[in-house]
Amino acid sequence: MRRFFLFIPLVLFVAIGIFLWKGLQLDPSELPSALLNKPFPEFQVSSLYDETKILGVDDLKGEVALVNVWATWCPSCKQEHAQLNRIKAEGYKVIGINYKDDRVKAKIWLEKYLNPYAVNVFDQKGLLGLDLGVYGAPETYVIDADGVIRYKHVGVVDAQVWAKLKTIMDQFKTGGTGS
Amino acid sequence: MKRLLICFLFLPVIAWGAIDTYEFKDEESRQRFHQLAYELRCPKCQNQNLSDSNSPIAADLRRELYRMIQEGNDNAQIVDFMVARYGDFVLYRPPVNQMTYLLWYGPFGLVAIGLIVVFFVSRKKRKISESGEDLSAQLSNDESERLSSILEQEKDK
Repeated sequence: MRRFFLFIPLVLFVAIGIFLWKGLQLDPSELPSALLNKPFPEFQVSSLYDETKILGVDDLKGEVALVNVWATWCPSCKQEHAQLNRIKAEGYKVIGINYKDDRVKAKIWLEKYLNPYAVNVFDQKGLLGLDLGVYGAPETYVIDADGVIRYKHVGVVDAQVWAKLKTIMDQFKTGGTGS
Repeated sequence: MKRLLICFLFLPVIAWGAIDTYEFKDEESRQRFHQLAYELRCPKCQNQNLSDSNSPIAADLRRELYRMIQEGNDNAQIVDFMVARYGDFVLYRPPVNQMTYLLWYGPFGLVAIGLIVVFFVSRKKRKISESGEDLSAQLSNDESERLSSILEQEKDK
């Protein structure tokens, strides 16, 4: 019995060690989205290309899609732009939310680097971003055909991240609307 | 020169937070604004609250906070609004729920464990010291003679 007590410090050490080791692998800047598995927030925001056209959440529905929050002032957005073009080329729908940006600059950017977005929402004041829980561009969401948010990625979408997003998108494409 | 340096020592160190100019309808809403901006965490900068941070998202959230206060929302509504968008993460004072029981009650548990350990250790110590006295009382005559002779020898040295 007494011998057993001698092992308590060792057991504690191992337990705390595992706990801290796991903590080291976590990325503290990655927050879980509060909107996961919830419908995309309602909005009434104009389109980037057509000021008079007011887009709403219904314009995003109908197909599993990536919703990419981007801006011309965001260097990481430039970094991921080529990947977004490749995603479009693969036949997946990409929707853009132009976040707190300048209309003219955004149009020039899309002309220069090509436009991967099927729809572009011009969220100048960042109000839609606020409802989405955006805390820094770029952010990328997977929404299903009913406009329910299924996944959120914060940061650059590179080939590796895309592989993950793609499996999630395929899952919701073949699995119908899911739960 | 020295005096000047000493004067510098006494200059107040000021930590500048973000400064906005908001006009409140009354003193109470001003205080609520400051209290909430102090308790809500900036989602981008993580270890700063809304009132400390200069990041654009913190400014947005302060503006939203101001708007909601001016529109007469109570604290619970405002906190719900923030949590619905950014999760429990934005609360510097997390709610008590299944996820956070350990966080809230863990320290009390640790204190209880500590008290139990202290109790057992001290009881054991007392036992040992009691039994130690008994042992010395049980020294036979021979043994006590030997003990005193050893002590004598040590003294001579």
